[in-house]
Amino acid sequence: MAQTVFAPWTDPVQKPLIEFRNVSKRFGDFTAIDNLSLTIYEKEFFALLGPSGCGKTTMMRMLAGFETISGGHILLDGQEISAVPPNKRPVNMMFQSYALFPHLSIWDNIAFGLKREGRDAAFIDERVDEMLRLTRMSRFARRKPHQISGGQRQRVALARSLAKAPKLLLLDEPLGALDRKLREETQFELMDIQEKTGTTFVIVTHDQEEAMTVASRIAVMDEGRIVQVDTPDQIYEAPNSVYVADFIGDVNLFSGTATARPVDMAAAPEPTVALDAEATAPRHDAALRDTVEANTATAQRLPAPDRKGDWLYDKLFRRFMGSRETAPRRLPPPSPAEVAAARAREAPARPADSAPAIKPGGILVDWADGQPPIIAANGDTAVAGEKVTFSIRPEKVTIDAEQPDRPNAYKGKVIDIAYLGNISTFHVELANGTMVKAQMVNARRLANRHITWEDEVWIGFSETAGVVLKD
Amino acid sequence: MKRFSWFNATSLSLGFAFLYLPMILLVVYSFNESRLVTVWAGFSTKWYGELFRDQEFLDAAWVTLKVGVFSSTLATVLGTMAAYVLVRAGRFHGRTLFSGMIYAPLVMPEVITGLSLLLLFIGIGLDRGVLTIVLAHTTFSMCYVSVVVSSRLTSFDRSLEEAALDLGCSAFAAFRLVTLPIIAPAVISGWLLAFTLSLDDLVIASFTTGPSATTLPIKIFSAVRLGVSPQINALSTLLIGIVTIGVITASVLTKRAAVAQVRDEQKAVRAA
Ligand SMILES: Nc1ncnc2c1ncn2[C@@H]1O[C@H](COP(=O)(O)OP(=O)(O)O)[C@@H](O)[C@H]1O
Ligand SMILES: [Mg+2]
Repeated sequence: MAQTVFAPWTDPVQKPLIEFRNVSKRFGDFTAIDNLSLTIYEKEFFALLGPSGCGKTTMMRMLAGFETISGGHILLDGQEISAVPPNKRPVNMMFQSYALFPHLSIWDNIAFGLKREGRDAAFIDERVDEMLRLTRMSRFARRKPHQISGGQRQRVALARSLAKAPKLLLLDEPLGALDRKLREETQFELMDIQEKTGTTFVIVTHDQEEAMTVASRIAVMDEGRIVQVDTPDQIYEAPNSVYVADFIGDVNLFSGTATARPVDMAAAPEPTVALDAEATAPRHDAALRDTVEANTATAQRLPAPDRKGDWLYDKLFRRFMGSRETAPRRLPPPSPAEVAAARAREAPARPADSAPAIKPGGILVDWADGQPPIIAANGDTAVAGEKVTFSIRPEKVTIDAEQPDRPNAYKGKVIDIAYLGNISTFHVELANGTMVKAQMVNARRLANRHITWEDEVWIGFSETAGVVLKD
Repeated sequence: MKRFSWFNATSLSLGFAFLYLPMILLVVYSFNESRLVTVWAGFSTKWYGELFRDQEFLDAAWVTLKVGVFSSTLATVLGTMAAYVLVRAGRFHGRTLFSGMIYAPLVMPEVITGLSLLLLFIGIGLDRGVLTIVLAHTTFSMCYVSVVVSSRLTSFDRSLEEAALDLGCSAFAAFRLVTLPIIAPAVISGWLLAFTLSLDDLVIASFTTGPSATTLPIKIFSAVRLGVSPQINALSTLLIGIVTIGVITASVLTKRAAVAQVRDEQKAVRAA
């Protein structure tokens, strides 16, 4: 891609817009924010993510000026702002409760800050109209806040906080009160508005999906400290602690002891690119082949229409069903025999003799007696001998009826299957009682139907799919 | 609707009779043709006419009005400030003591309030007249205002004020532009309450008044000692009217704001 990636945090010459330097906040003898340092850059969409009570709102209120800080410095554009009162800061906040003025119309709510700035009437008119258009609220300008719906109130609150064109906009759980569908739509709207206005956004949320969707970077917080600051994909793929791995999304955790991998294992041939692709998505191919075969089998079995049928279709059904070629076809599920046949045809296609080469180096994690250790080629050898936790996402764990050719493979039994529409999660109990989640994309309607409750199965994952975390 | 039992109906009418029979009698006799209070001689409004020709009564009415307006306005300002500080200032040293002291005059015997004020005015050498009554009335009605206003402020969303600050208001501008308009119904009903209290007061006014300032209750009280006249009945009827209107307006103001909000919200829900 020709477009340069937006990543000012990797550029040492860039000056941060916001800088927290060893900031602490104490309420009496309770420490809400503990010696926290953080930088946020211009035009960023920065998310503060953490469980309720971890200090996210306190961070916002310190930025807006509603809480004095107990120690450290907050800098905006290089200027210390700890002593600047809220009405003198180029920062606006969208409140968790929206805090719309109930006695003023939507129009007056949005104009409020501009009037306080002493702008002339023409400017205010134009700016308020622009904000109303931006948030698609023009029709409701004359209404009072209690005469519009929750989602509309949220948009008015956004318009009001953007009207003064602040350098920094703070959003405290802005979408908490919206239902799921509206929330998702609004997330994209927020991103769009952020891009259009070029304002730096700091958003607070306890919803990890929301943070992943909107943010350029995420700070994961725990009890007044920042555990990790990174881009959403790094937070997800390379969490730096068990806390982050567990907080973001679903995860399988194996705690054990690390040992460096023996040298003779490292002598395996160099991994190839094709191998990596195979390592991350083998089951898709298999599943796909399964279904394609099954579909052709069922297609041959479909009855063809007779003359009467053709006539009925031309005269009547075509009008509202559309052309037959494009009409969606519903296939009956294949019989178990067909599935077995498809699998049998597919099986020899896999070269049984060429065992996959496993990337050399890394560590082994001894996690249970009587179970082979987990091979983690990406593990840091420096942790050898220490207690570690091996973390792997369910979607990186495959599930098969027979032992797969995978660096890590364990036998178990299907205890539960959660069908979530687009994906299915299998809960597999290993021989030593450990529960492992494996996720399958339901790319085809029939994928993996053959695995069911109480089945003896194998789970597997590649040597680089997981992350080794120090305890 | 559930029907009243015989017992309920009796106790209800007894209670209301106890409360309102004396006043009804007073109102009825204010329209009596006869000069004799206890003898009904036909309907007439002549005592009202006579009342308005009596210079002394008119003077007293004027004094009462002045005292009422000034003292209730002063009490509203002070009471609102006190309520604002007590609700907003959070926990400061001696907060409980302060809020307790604000409410103490509510239960203090009027005689004691009156007497202590009288001693104070004599002590500082203030001539007793309209000014001293205004001050005295402000003192005791201020706590009523602060009770009414602070109960509204406790349910007031603090983040509204913070939003105003965030949008560039000074603390005072935030109060004037956001807080005050929203709590206005409570402040107005506080004013009306203070005004009716001032209109009613006999004891404290008698302690703190001088020869130049006679309020209506004092006037009525001294006139009655010479014998009840239909004129007094007419005057009292007028007072009852004013007080009733004041109290009803005060409660309607507070209620209507809430009702209007609920109705609008329901409308918004139906429209959505
Ligand atoms: N004004 C306050 N007085 C005392 N404790 C407070 C105050 N504000 C917040 N806290 C405490 O600080 C912690 C962090 O609160 P907050 O920042 O609101 O959390 P979050 O927004 O992440 O849910 C909480 O434990 C909360 O109880
Ligand atoms: Mg919060």
